[in-house]
Amino acid sequence: MWLTSILILVGLALIIFLLSLWPRTRALRKLLLLVFSVGVIFWLQPALPIRGLDFWLPVATLALVALGWLLTSKAEEREVRATLVNTGLVISTVLLIALTRYVSLTGWITPSRPPQTLIVVAVLCAIFAVLFLLFIFSRRVPLGAGALVAAMLAILLVFVVLKLPALTQWISEVLRGWNGQSRELASSIDLRWLGFSYIAFRLIHTLRDRQSGRLPAMALDEYFIYVLFFPAISAGPIDRSERFLRDLRKPFIPAAEELGGASKRLVIGLFKKFVLADLLALIALNGTNASQLTSTGWAWLLVYAYALQIFFDFSGYTDIAIGMGLLMGVKFPENFNAPYLKPNLTQFWNNWHMTLTQWFRAYFFNPLTRALRSAKKPVPVWLVILITQISTMLLIGLWHGMTLNFILWGLWHGLGMFIQNRWSDWTRPLSTRIQQKPALNRIVTIFTTLLTFQFVAMGWVWFALPSVQTSLDVFTRLFGMGG
Amino acid sequence: MNGRFLRNVFIKGLLLFAAFNLIWAAFNPSPGNISAYNLILRGRERLPFGEDSASSYNLSLYDLDAMFASLRLAGAPKTPDEFRVFVIGDSSSWGTLLRPEETLAGLLDKAGLTTEDGRTVRVYNLGYPTLSLTKDLMVLDIAMQYEPDLILWPVTLESFPRERQLESPIVANNSDRVAYLIERFDLGLDAPVNEASFWDSTIIGQRRALADLLRLQLYGVMWSATGIDQTYPTDYEPAARDLEADESFGDWLPPSIPADGLVWDVVAAGMQRAGEVPVVLINEPVLVSAGANSDVRYNFYYPRWAYDQYRASFESTCTANDWTCLDLWDVIPEERFTNSAIHLDPQGEAILAGKIIETGVIK
Repeated sequence: MWLTSILILVGLALIIFLLSLWPRTRALRKLLLLVFSVGVIFWLQPALPIRGLDFWLPVATLALVALGWLLTSKAEEREVRATLVNTGLVISTVLLIALTRYVSLTGWITPSRPPQTLIVVAVLCAIFAVLFLLFIFSRRVPLGAGALVAAMLAILLVFVVLKLPALTQWISEVLRGWNGQSRELASSIDLRWLGFSYIAFRLIHTLRDRQSGRLPAMALDEYFIYVLFFPAISAGPIDRSERFLRDLRKPFIPAAEELGGASKRLVIGLFKKFVLADLLALIALNGTNASQLTSTGWAWLLVYAYALQIFFDFSGYTDIAIGMGLLMGVKFPENFNAPYLKPNLTQFWNNWHMTLTQWFRAYFFNPLTRALRSAKKPVPVWLVILITQISTMLLIGLWHGMTLNFILWGLWHGLGMFIQNRWSDWTRPLSTRIQQKPALNRIVTIFTTLLTFQFVAMGWVWFALPSVQTSLDVFTRLFGMGG
Repeated sequence: MNGRFLRNVFIKGLLLFAAFNLIWAAFNPSPGNISAYNLILRGRERLPFGEDSASSYNLSLYDLDAMFASLRLAGAPKTPDEFRVFVIGDSSSWGTLLRPEETLAGLLDKAGLTTEDGRTVRVYNLGYPTLSLTKDLMVLDIAMQYEPDLILWPVTLESFPRERQLESPIVANNSDRVAYLIERFDLGLDAPVNEASFWDSTIIGQRRALADLLRLQLYGVMWSATGIDQTYPTDYEPAARDLEADESFGDWLPPSIPADGLVWDVVAAGMQRAGEVPVVLINEPVLVSAGANSDVRYNFYYPRWAYDQYRASFESTCTANDWTCLDLWDVIPEERFTNSAIHLDPQGEAILAGKIIETGVIK
């Protein structure tokens, strides 16, 4: 995201902050959050070479979110009037955006000229009709667990399709064919769907919590705002719905504290992202320079630069999102807590992209651990740990992309955590004795912190590079064996 | 935290920012001399220049102090047994499409030459890819502090027209230096006026230059790590062999180059600035095409009439001033030129280096 885009988003957040200062305009907060969040997914959607797709993907996002709400809300808790008003707001926003095809706003609101208005109206009507029928139907016959599971599987399927280059390339070819565009120019990056990864996480979270009966009742606008909240649309954090709702429903009366806190996070975030991360990006390891390295020392420097760049980039975005959230009365959970200063890999993952790891812990790691532990045939503890750690980290790797390198990165961390777990278990008596000697304990902590950072930094070699061979070449270079 | 505290933070921040800017503008420091090159970064083999920074790990900037400070030369104190040679000039000296060791300077340096008194010949590349003898004079002026024993100065007609001397960005953005040289050597050029305001001297006014300086240091990491300082496309547009039947050279038309059209006064200033240090003026090789309309033009740059007159002028001026000159305009076969009528491939550079060594000017 460009600095200008972020500043505009901050501007939107400030509008809500300022309007919330006065009791009369305070009630506009939810409405503006809904309209801004819907508008932003069109505005931030990257331009795509397939005609109209950069308009239809945000429309599909809205349809998915509406479907998610229908599946997760209980019929008796839905307010018909409010739902219709909010639906009207969303549709009006989309129509207004579509109408910009008649004014010179292309590139300002949408990345390319919106499709013909009649087609947009027809598609919106069709989506509305289907969802309305579902709305009516679900009032009579409550949707069962099967529908929720099917929806989760469908989201996962879309996710897999988007992350598999071969499949996206094929779909691009098909879409290009429908559009009368050259199939030969199809590419796997033709289907970049703004924020789908994070939207998918939030949708699955609500579907799963609905299934387990933990999901709080949410009105349509609240659901839309939760899933599409614009500060967190492209890079998280992944908030939990019940926590988010508490902030959203609480009357927001801005005070200097919010403004001060928000400003601080925004300044820190902008500095991290646009000064530190962008400067480090000039010297960070990448697919091009990996094959140009001529010495071991410099190779290490590039790997460390990448480790710091990805941290400052990602945590910078988080700071900006938290800052924007504070301006609108939403206090996002923290996503990073000095992860490179942690003395072991488990603690690193407890402090790196925390909301993602918490999501996987809640919806994969813990259920899998419970299932293995309660299996009829007892599974040894060490095997439970091995299976759960590796499978969780593999999934986190695959979430970043379905390539061999991301799989190896997941394996690297999964095995690393397993070994660390076993080592900690084995050396527990020794650790206890060391902890009783503060000076020695400090030295050991420094050493293990450096070791953990080193392990994580080396893991980024898999993550940053496009192929296994290039990664192996870099490892060879790192250990002084390069040609 | 209350509103008053926030207001105070804001006002204090603003005041500090204004104060830093004013102090910076008042003292007008030259941060270009502060460099990580030759300290923690490997010194560059040639002056920084590059448009595609992300892949060339190089960039074009206008701070000559910073540019020189990034060179290996700046971190190489001269030893008594060193015979120091500088190659100045345009992109053909700098080495477009050539790796540092393939340039004229690189090849001469690698040739293992020693002087008659037993000193080792060390050759440094101070070429810069713009065609202006005034730019060469500016580079030479700075280079003199690094104690050269010999200067090789490849030139070509395209660098000579008087009206083009101040056009290149590196010259235009160093107006004080150029104005000083024009005044000192009484050159027939209109001294540029430095129109920078006080505002331009503040940190905000100099943000581009400061950012360039920082990027130069960061790209130094990549240069040190990879040894790459320009992009080497596998495919490029070769220099034109089939030419237009056009007899013009810029605004000049036959039959003759305008009197005083060539800046021999700038060359003379270079000789004067070098003082006791010998300078060898080299008319650098150009592509001599055998393609369409090659009876009208030698190549894309030069119509025959203009280039022939330039060569005659080159010879007569050298003779009249008793300068050491080498006219090597046609020593390189046509197939050894790359993307321009003055850019050579590694084999072409090797031929040129051999020719220069043969002449015995490095002794």
